[in-house]
Amino acid sequence: MNTKTFPHGIHPPEYKEETAEKKLQHLSPPDKVFIPLSQHFGRPADPLVKKGDPVDLGQKIGKAPALFSAAVHSSVSGKVLKVGSTHHPSGKPLLAITIKNDGEDRLSSEVKEVEDPFSLSPDRIRERVKEAGIVGLGGAAFPTAVKLAPPKDKPIDTILINGCECEPVLTSDYRMMMEYSDDILQGAELIRKATGAEKIIVGIEDNKKKALSLFQEKTKGHPSTSVALLKTKYPQGAEKNLIYALLRREVPRGGLPFDVGVVVQNVGTTKVVYDGVKHGVPLYQRSLTVAGSGIGDPQNLMVRLGTPFQKVIDFCGGLKEDGPIVVMGGPMMGISQWTLDVPVIKGTSGILAWKLDSPPEETACIRCGRCISHCPMRLAPTQIKKYVEFEHLSEAEEWGVLDCVECGCCQYICPSKIPLVHWMRLGKAKVSNLKRKKKSE
Amino acid sequence: MIDFLVPVITMTALGLFFSVGLVFAYKKLKVEEDPRVEKLTEILPQSNCGACGYSGCRAYAQAVVTGEAPTNLCSAGGNEVAQQIAGIMGVEAEQVARKVARLHCRGTKEAAHSRGVYVGISTCEASHLIGGHKQCAYGCLGFGDCVHSCPFDAITMGEDGLPVVMEEKCTACGNCVEACPRNLLELHPVSQGIMVFCRSKDSAPTSRKVCKNACIACGICSRACPEAIVLEENLAVIKDYKKIPEEKIPAIEKCPTDAIGRIQKENEG
Repeated sequence: MNTKTFPHGIHPPEYKEETAEKKLQHLSPPDKVFIPLSQHFGRPADPLVKKGDPVDLGQKIGKAPALFSAAVHSSVSGKVLKVGSTHHPSGKPLLAITIKNDGEDRLSSEVKEVEDPFSLSPDRIRERVKEAGIVGLGGAAFPTAVKLAPPKDKPIDTILINGCECEPVLTSDYRMMMEYSDDILQGAELIRKATGAEKIIVGIEDNKKKALSLFQEKTKGHPSTSVALLKTKYPQGAEKNLIYALLRREVPRGGLPFDVGVVVQNVGTTKVVYDGVKHGVPLYQRSLTVAGSGIGDPQNLMVRLGTPFQKVIDFCGGLKEDGPIVVMGGPMMGISQWTLDVPVIKGTSGILAWKLDSPPEETACIRCGRCISHCPMRLAPTQIKKYVEFEHLSEAEEWGVLDCVECGCCQYICPSKIPLVHWMRLGKAKVSNLKRKKKSE
Repeated sequence: MIDFLVPVITMTALGLFFSVGLVFAYKKLKVEEDPRVEKLTEILPQSNCGACGYSGCRAYAQAVVTGEAPTNLCSAGGNEVAQQIAGIMGVEAEQVARKVARLHCRGTKEAAHSRGVYVGISTCEASHLIGGHKQCAYGCLGFGDCVHSCPFDAITMGEDGLPVVMEEKCTACGNCVEACPRNLLELHPVSQGIMVFCRSKDSAPTSRKVCKNACIACGICSRACPEAIVLEENLAVIKDYKKIPEEKIPAIEKCPTDAIGRIQKENEG
């Protein structure tokens, strides 16, 4: 089997050995959960409950107000204590529903199983995915129901199941593949049915050989499903890179995988799609890796959404030393946290902690061009940074600031330690503000 | 002999041809401009700050001459300029209420706690994008986006980490109001002597934890003067400063966190 990959990208150290063979453990739900109404890409959900209301496990407590949004469900049974703003991993306080757990885990009557999920029509599958509040669990939290509804003029031929887990340190997707391979394949089949695609390809990087042989065995003799081996490289799991690596198709600028007839789903998402469609179980828990040199006892966990980071870290032996930085997500794209009161949300693929000896000191750009030769989107980060800095926003847009996927390769490789991702994000915000202003005029 | 004459004749003919063309263009294609535009532009402060809503002083002058804009929009020039403009335009001078930019935050380096070490771009806008480096999600970030935005050098960064607006230099052009990503600067009439130095909508326990000088919505000020001060979303708001009588100010200034009070003029400039 020859290994496939995409051009550019980087090879950071992996640090996956620590947790790779640790099975997913269920963390018991805490006394209180804080469930933000905004845990996904798009508009926040509208609250459906108020203070004092009793709620059951899996009950819908937030309704999606638009297509680009997702429903939110209770992750415990108990009583609503508050609907108000609380800490959020994004750094800004946002509206959340605080629920006191009564410890009974009473399943909501809204959760209804179907006998044979494969007999459902594509519309019913999409509807059940939407009702279950499922979003992409790779980290970007894009509403899955939207991905399953390709426009009529863009037929889908291939489903890619993303088992890359290219972020260093994280191993929860690997655990999902090892422990829930049947559910993942069933979920993939449901997605194939919903989109009308012909083929399913599961892409797995060559640092996860065990998962690869497991999936090869499970898909043996299967007519439409195949497994592909990928050369370990970051950011292979970014969907545009994965599509290029496996199919040699290039998603056009500003386009979506639909445009080249592909839908990409993370392995974790595929599993919850199966749970949601078959069992009617909404997305109220997720798998995540707790690791890093600052964590006492690194683990892979299944955590209820809304559990504060503090509880999760306490379960994993607490923080080792004083003052380590805590990051939500992987080390490359994660968001650093200032308080451990933030809750686990749908996009929390990991909680990492390590000691930072001294913050990196920025020096002037030496024009070495390494950011350009490593950018997987083939942008020129150093040039875009200059345009953003001096408010040349139309040039920044022309040079592709909006195409940046914020993978962090440029900043990782930069010898001058320039916060290039921050510049890209600032540039995106400025360009979109300007566009919005122009539109309203 | 002939060889020598050819270029001379050609050049002379060309010169004549183009000069006739130029004369024709000057006479026939002339744009009549109102001489008042020139005069008004000279009077205006030439700072091109944009406070009037036009792209610069000349654009505003043109708008005044065409009758599109009133004569009192130049806040940088103030009353004096407004009167001169009115004089040239031959209309009654309209009053310009002098305003000044004020900062609605007292979260100094000492008072407002930081979230940790900030590594990133040193501008307020960039810090705000990731939630800010201060624990308070509403307070001043102190990188001085307002200082850089001021065309009149009226704002400096104080040692306590908060910008200071010099009242005598401020022309109320509003550039700093636009520049602040957290909307902490506001134009007030110069005569307003009392204000709320906080914009935090956090609940009292949170506000108290993140900043010593945050409004905790205890209601002392609104009880002292209910006709002018109200509590909205965990924050005291002055609805109409003119309704606050001098004798009630001491009671209002009993604020336990100094989040409301008299504007101390001696600290400025």
